Amino acid sequence: MKPSARQAEESNRTLNRRALLLGGGMGAMIAVLGGRMRYLQVDQADAFQLLAEENRISIRLIPPGRGLIQDRNGKPIAANEQNYRVVITREAAGDVDLVLRRLATIIPMTAEELAATAEEVKSLSAFVPVTVAERLNWTDFSKIALNAPALPGVVPEVGLSRRYPLDFDFAHVVGYVGPVSEKDLEGVENPDPLLRIPKFQIGKIGVEKWMEDTLRGQAGAKRIEVNSAGRVMRELERQEGDPGANIRLTIDADVQNFAQARLGEESAAVVVIDVTNGDIICCVSSPSFDPNLFVRGISHTDYNALTENDHRPLANKAVSGAYPPGSTFKMVTALAALEAGATTEETKVSCPGYIEFGDRRFHCWRRSGHGTVRLERSLAESCDVYYYDIAQKVGIEKIAEMGRKLGLGQRYDIPMSALTEGNMPDKAWKLEKHKQDWRIGDTINASIGQGYVLASPLQLAVMTARIASGRAVVPRLVRMVQDKDVPVAEAPVLDIPAEHLAAVRQGMNAVVNDDAGTAKGSRIVDPMMAMAGKTGTSQVRNISASERDSGVISNDDLPWERRDHALFVGFAPVDAPRYAVAVVVEHGGGGSVAAAPIARDVILRAMSHGLPSLEAYPASQRGRIETMLQELPLRYPVTGMVPIRTKA
Amino acid sequence: MSFLEYKLKLAPTGLSKILHLNWPLVILVTAVASIGFLMLYSIAGGNLDTWARPQMERFAAGMVLMFLVAMMPIWFWRSMSGAAYLVAFVLLLVVEFFGAVGMGAQRWIDLGFIRLQPSEMMKFTLVMALAAYYDWLDPKRVSHPLYVLIPVLLIITPTVLVLMQPNLGTSLMLILAGATVMFAAGVSLWYFAAVSSLGVGAIAGVFLTRGTPWQFLHDYQYTRIDTFLDPTSDPLGAGYNIIQAQIALGSGGWSGKGFMQGTQSRLNFLPEKHTDFIFTTLAEEFGFLGAFSLLILYALIIGFCLFAALQNRDRFSALLIIGVAANFFFYIAVNLSMVMGLAPVVGVPLPLLSYGGSAMMVLLVGFGLVQSAHVHRPR
Repeated sequence: MKPSARQAEESNRTLNRRALLLGGGMGAMIAVLGGRMRYLQVDQADAFQLLAEENRISIRLIPPGRGLIQDRNGKPIAANEQNYRVVITREAAGDVDLVLRRLATIIPMTAEELAATAEEVKSLSAFVPVTVAERLNWTDFSKIALNAPALPGVVPEVGLSRRYPLDFDFAHVVGYVGPVSEKDLEGVENPDPLLRIPKFQIGKIGVEKWMEDTLRGQAGAKRIEVNSAGRVMRELERQEGDPGANIRLTIDADVQNFAQARLGEESAAVVVIDVTNGDIICCVSSPSFDPNLFVRGISHTDYNALTENDHRPLANKAVSGAYPPGSTFKMVTALAALEAGATTEETKVSCPGYIEFGDRRFHCWRRSGHGTVRLERSLAESCDVYYYDIAQKVGIEKIAEMGRKLGLGQRYDIPMSALTEGNMPDKAWKLEKHKQDWRIGDTINASIGQGYVLASPLQLAVMTARIASGRAVVPRLVRMVQDKDVPVAEAPVLDIPAEHLAAVRQGMNAVVNDDAGTAKGSRIVDPMMAMAGKTGTSQVRNISASERDSGVISNDDLPWERRDHALFVGFAPVDAPRYAVAVVVEHGGGGSVAAAPIARDVILRAMSHGLPSLEAYPASQRGRIETMLQELPLRYPVTGMVPIRTKA
Repeated sequence: MSFLEYKLKLAPTGLSKILHLNWPLVILVTAVASIGFLMLYSIAGGNLDTWARPQMERFAAGMVLMFLVAMMPIWFWRSMSGAAYLVAFVLLLVVEFFGAVGMGAQRWIDLGFIRLQPSEMMKFTLVMALAAYYDWLDPKRVSHPLYVLIPVLLIITPTVLVLMQPNLGTSLMLILAGATVMFAAGVSLWYFAAVSSLGVGAIAGVFLTRGTPWQFLHDYQYTRIDTFLDPTSDPLGAGYNIIQAQIALGSGGWSGKGFMQGTQSRLNFLPEKHTDFIFTTLAEEFGFLGAFSLLILYALIIGFCLFAALQNRDRFSALLIIGVAANFFFYIAVNLSMVMGLAPVVGVPLPLLSYGGSAMMVLLVGFGLVQSAHVHRPR
């Protein structure tokens, strides 16, 4: 069919009209697209630019170097050492299993470690480096570097890790660091972003934990560009952090080492305090452990060996152990009685070997009795009946008050873990704790540091320091932070009459230096260094009625864990006290035999440069002492005997 | 009009045809394609061989094809329309029903130098067939129901085949381009109004009954539609691509981050950055100025095509040009709406820019038809 010219013209006009309509519609759509472009790229540009930067830039923290811990003279206790390690990245390695097998022929790796590493590598993104081995020695480390061509994807790296060069000596005081755990983050409001770094190490116990904020330092940061998969493309900017502050403790590492060696394998603790300023010179708990094991991640075998040991190496007995102070508490009772006027230096008490209150009979440790006893002799020979007598006159409240004045029953502010408060009981305490009234028998027991009275070796050392100085000495552990002295104010004078303290000190002098004294065997004969003190033997079991009648069984016949604790507190030099010492030997038997000799050796060591001079020991003991000293497993064997340390 | 009525003496012959080509269109197409080469070079991180060189080679081949097609008289192409449509349709059937068995579920036929996708071929053979149909049809009958049904079937049958592949993007393009040709041919607006309201009604019905006991779809199907419509509801899953694309666009700002400085594309945050999302890299590196310039270039191409259609008094030629231009336009509109977050993500490339040989070749052949119609227009 052939349309007419008019029809053709008509249809052509329709087509043109429609084409123009289409053109208009398309133009409108293009205008919409242009408008949208303007909205996104001009109006919203800033917001999107920010989003693009957030996509692109990632901020990684640079862990700061951890502050060092040193002894009072600057000897390193906790240091950061170079840690040689190897990492592997999957994308560069290709055949991970093959490369790891080759690696295992160069460095020591067990089959399990090999499998675990291979698993980890495969579970992570191809470009994430995985640590294969750490703490390699230099030989292995260089072997890997040499064999690099055969080990694609394996990169040797150097990092910093914590090391404790004095291992056993400071395990309890300084503690150790370990990787951050979920538990560490619990309850922390705004955790330092550093804690989120995988395997970042923080203090777990001891000074490392309690001075974490000082030691950690400020994180540095680097701005890096990452791609969509998180791979680092380049570093844009770097800001180094501030390393943590170095800490100097008050402890003398040499004295600490000597004390640790002197305690040997005993389950025991010894604390020495400088009575002039409260500096803790040594604080030792035995047996100890190697904190480096924990930094590396302790094996099950090692850990079980530590927890199953009945001498409890993990416990810091010096500050956490709460022991009945036994007769070392008698100074408190005496001072309370003197203050209350319940006794005087001259008051005489008759000791028939026991005392009766109501229907109960309380025995003196010497069944035959001491006869007529005055204050000095009551301390020197440790007469129990004397204290039973004055205690029931003065009452528990005054005794407890005196105990607290001398530093018992309270926790000191020092950066160590598991500080015990001990216990200084009174009537209110017993009513609250046991829902019972205080009885006279409780006072009798407390008067000789038994029953409810508990104290840690640190508290006993503080008590002794306060008696020796007449001042409210407060112990301190940190001497300097970042080369700046931590200020120490002179301790205030105790409100105890000087003559009372003098009387008690005279009694303590007699304990050691009187021929009838309980610790006469641990005398220091050098008058410049003479020691005063008090022995203690505290029962760890209840004495049964039958035992009471038949006489107490000798300690030697008992199993170890039921034997008495041996205690000794002392100070030296007698006429110008400088150091106070407290020793507890768990289940050691008598204080005079098991504890006093240790106290003498350690306090002598504190007063000397190097090993104590044999001149200080009674002539009859020198041969034995010399052998003992020579056989001590000291870290830095000291040659020759050096004269007395000059008074500071 | 039959070709006998063309004033043949006035139509250019021989090499002089080259002078009568629509040269502004050739230059504009080359300019846009060159921007594409630049972007492909940038996206490959400064590597020519990854994408830019193959794309340039295909463009060169495509230009040669365009010239060859342009040299052939338009009445030749009109006479080929029916055959071309049939060939494309048969090929579509072949890859649909035998491709899955014989060619390992391929959707293309390997011709050695290029992989021919029948669905791409169908884009312009459909336009040709419709243009020829309306050229044949008495203009008085264009709105007669029977004569409306025929082109509708011509459009729907291949669309269903493409949809089954499944290729939502291309089937959408077939319908839009086909409908445009019908619209231009003068089919009554009532048909378009009816189809539009039916579509709107169906969509409204689906959504309005949501939450009622007589809802059309299952709840999980509604959830899928939600994600489809609003990518930000699933920022790390289905919505990730579109969000990252918008960040790239927006962060380009007024003048862009500079050539090869686009962080979003260089650091791999952008999806499909050398194909469907190539515009985002352009917008990121050259900013609003660059992106808007490209839009102007596209508008000019469409404008020149429409102007050529208005100039052309041959009904087949005019409808063919409108069909090609509409196809070109819808690709641009859908792609840009998609990357700019105005429409859901449909896999549609950006003409002349996106990497891909088949689409580029077919498009240039389409422009060859436009040129042929222009060169041989009645004078």
